[in-house]
This record gives sequence, structure tokens and C-alpha cells, in this order.
Amino acid sequence: MNQSSLTNVFFALLKRDLLLAFRHRAELFNPLMFFVLVVTLFPLGTGADSKLLQTMAPGIIWVAALLAAMLSLDAIFRSDFEDGSLELLVLNPHPTSILVLAKVLTHWLVTGLPLIIVAPLLAVFLGLDSSLIGLLVLTLLLGTPVLSLIGAVAIALTVGLKRGGILLSLLVLPFYVPVLIFATNAIEMAASGLPVVAQLWILASLLILAITLTPWPTAAALKLSLS
Amino acid sequence: MMKFIHKTASPPYFYKLAGLWQPWLAGITILLLIAGLYGGLIYAPTDYQQGESYRIIYIHVPAAWMSLFIYVVMAVTAAIGLIWRIKLAESVTVCSAPIGAGFTLLALVTGSLWGKPMWGAWWVWDARLTAELILLFLYFGIMSLYAAISDKRVASRAVAILALVGVVNIPIIHYSVEWWNTLHQGPTVTKFDKPSIDFRMLIPLLIMAVAFKIYYVWSLFMRLRVELLDRERNTQWVKSLLMDNKD
Repeated sequence: MNQSSLTNVFFALLKRDLLLAFRHRAELFNPLMFFVLVVTLFPLGTGADSKLLQTMAPGIIWVAALLAAMLSLDAIFRSDFEDGSLELLVLNPHPTSILVLAKVLTHWLVTGLPLIIVAPLLAVFLGLDSSLIGLLVLTLLLGTPVLSLIGAVAIALTVGLKRGGILLSLLVLPFYVPVLIFATNAIEMAASGLPVVAQLWILASLLILAITLTPWPTAAALKLSLS
Repeated sequence: MMKFIHKTASPPYFYKLAGLWQPWLAGITILLLIAGLYGGLIYAPTDYQQGESYRIIYIHVPAAWMSLFIYVVMAVTAAIGLIWRIKLAESVTVCSAPIGAGFTLLALVTGSLWGKPMWGAWWVWDARLTAELILLFLYFGIMSLYAAISDKRVASRAVAILALVGVVNIPIIHYSVEWWNTLHQGPTVTKFDKPSIDFRMLIPLLIMAVAFKIYYVWSLFMRLRVELLDRERNTQWVKSLLMDNKD
């Protein structure tokens, strides 16, 4: 009888979305390839001065992760919007704001997590000190879910539009600024031997704020886009 | 009280009211601007440190205040529009965005003009400057989202959601940028600290601030009237208004 409890629906949705993502393996690798390519472009553009790259490494990796997260946002709602399953999601008796979290979680598992796995390798390429790589991964772990959560609001607002691409970046990037600042700042501080607990706590609190606050506007925006 | 609000917020009534107010607002704005500029450019004494170039604060500071003030107005009206579905509140959110963007741009440009002789650079990645720049992008985001959605009723609600998300984020952005810089960079660029500003300097500044506020109301009313006509073009009151104006 408990078939359609909120938890069951949440996990059913999560399972379906993950399954859909794995059926399109080529698309799965696109954000990852983009991430690696953007990071590769920097040494080519700024010259291979290892000292320069070392100081810029956290910034480069974070900016690339930001762009990769942003460009893959479309995947959260686009295909569901086109085939109409998004309407069923909204019509569902369970609160849309919770179900939206399942979609965002899928997005993070599919695009955020691979980036985090590849990031240490790129950090080594850029000559980042090996003691800082753990911290880089930690900031990415705390920060990339925030990117997915905030991005979900923006993509929910623009999913009904034919050409939302550039508009999306205008909507999303200003909101990504705090995450970028605290994450890269933490690594820079650690590089000069200072404690970084404050930055990590702030990143964690941004994550909690995003988890608690973004589902509502996302759900409201989805309802608006479907009207 | 509620009856008064409902009456004032109804488009035909507000359209007429705004039309009546407009010449007054325009007159007061111009008078205050003349007074403020005279006070700021001629009456106020020269600064002992910055010379004459400090006088740009009479544009810069009120513009920077307005850039934040208008965003707050937008967020409040966005909430009112979303909760009570008052059409006028939705329109205020939408119509304020270009004015706010204008003030933000003005604050940035005048600040950079002042920064060149004072700091020796057009732009520094100071906390305030960066936060203001991000605010400008938020305004642009709101404007382009509104332009991108063809159904204006839906568009204004989308804009309202974005404005509300933005208002949560503005303090976060503000403090993140501030901490980032104070942690990161030495105190090379002090903020706009005014240790007991001269009274003769302060008065024109306040006059300018009031002038800018009333200018905002004036231009907002102009935009609102056009916006209301555009949105309500299929209603009876607009049609009868047009018929009346014909002869």
C-alpha cells in the first residue's frame, strides 16, 4: 500500500533519471570533455610558465567546473519538458519542490561527480601542490552541488524558451560568484599556510542554504514554465 | 485601508493618478537637481585632500544608493505581485529594472572616472566595485528574462521569482566579495569612509539623493503608464481612453 509514498517516488524518479542518463553514454561524457578541454586551453593561452599555472590552478579548475556545470544544466529539465513528463511531475500529488531535488541530485551525480574525480588529475597537470589537491576536491564536493541547485532555478525559468542558452548564463553566473570566491580563496589561503576552516564552513552553509531555499523557486518557476 | 489599496492599484485609476502627478514630480526633480548641483558644484567648499574632483560624489553616491534601493523596491513588489497577484506590483518590478540598471551603470562610470585620478586606475577589484558590477548583471538578467518570454503576464512572474532569488543572494555576494578582498588584498583601497563630512558638503548631497529618488518615481510612473496601456490594450478603459483622445 505504501507504493507511492514520497520517499518511494523520490527514489523511483532518481532511478529513472540515472537510468536515462546512462542510456545516453555519449552525452554523459560531454561536460567532462568540455571541462578537460577548457582547462587545457589555459596553459596554451597564458604560456606554460609553471609558477604562473600553479597559482592560477584553483581558479582555472573552478572556472572550468562552473562553465561545465552551467552548460549541462539544460539536461535537468529539457528532455522531460519536451516529452511532457515534466507536467506529470508537477501534477503529481507530492510536493514538486522535493521531487525537483531528485532531478538536481541526478544532475550532480551525472555531471558534478565525474568532474570531481577528474579534477585531481588536472590539478597535477597544472602543477598544483599535492597537499592542496585534497582541499580542492573538498571544495568541489561542497561547491558543485550548489551550482546544480542554483542552476535548476534558472533552467526552470528558461526551459519553456526556444533559445535560453545565453540568457541562462546571464541568469546563472552572477549567482555562482560566492561559491567561486570562497572555494578558490580557501585553496589560496591553504597554499600560503593559513587555516581555511572559515571558508569551508561558509561553503557548507551555502550548500545547506541552497538545499533548503532553491527547491521552492525551482518548483514555482517550473509551474510557470508549464502554464 | 485595503479598499484604498485596491482602488489605487487598479490600472485605470492608477493611470489617471500617475498622469496627474507627473508634472509635479518632473518640476520637483528639476528644481532639486538645480539646487543640488549648484550646492555641490559651486557652494560646497573644496576638499583639502582631493581638491575639486571629490565633487563627483554628488552624482556617484546618490546613484549608488539608488542602485540598491531600486533593487529592494523590485524585490518587495515582486513578493507582493507573487502573493496577491496585483498587476500593478508586477509592472513596478518590471519597469524598475531598466532604471535601476541605469543608476548602477551611472555609479560604476562615475566611480571609475573618479578612480582614475584618485587611485590611478580606472578599475580595481575592490569589494564594492565588484558587488556593484554583479548587481548590474542581475539587472541585465532580469531585463533579458522579461524580454525573452512573450507572454508578459508569465514573464513578469518569472522576473519576480528571479528578483526574489536575487535579493537572497545580494547580501551573500556582498559579503563574499568583501571578505574575499579584505582577506586577499592588503588595505590599499579604503572604502568610502567619510569621517565627519562638512555640513556644507552634506546638504547638497542629501538634496541630490532626494532628487534622484523623485526622479526614479517620475520615470517609473512614465514607464508604468506605457506598460499599463500595453498590457491592458484589450480592455474597455484603454479603448475608451483612446476614443476620448481622438477628438
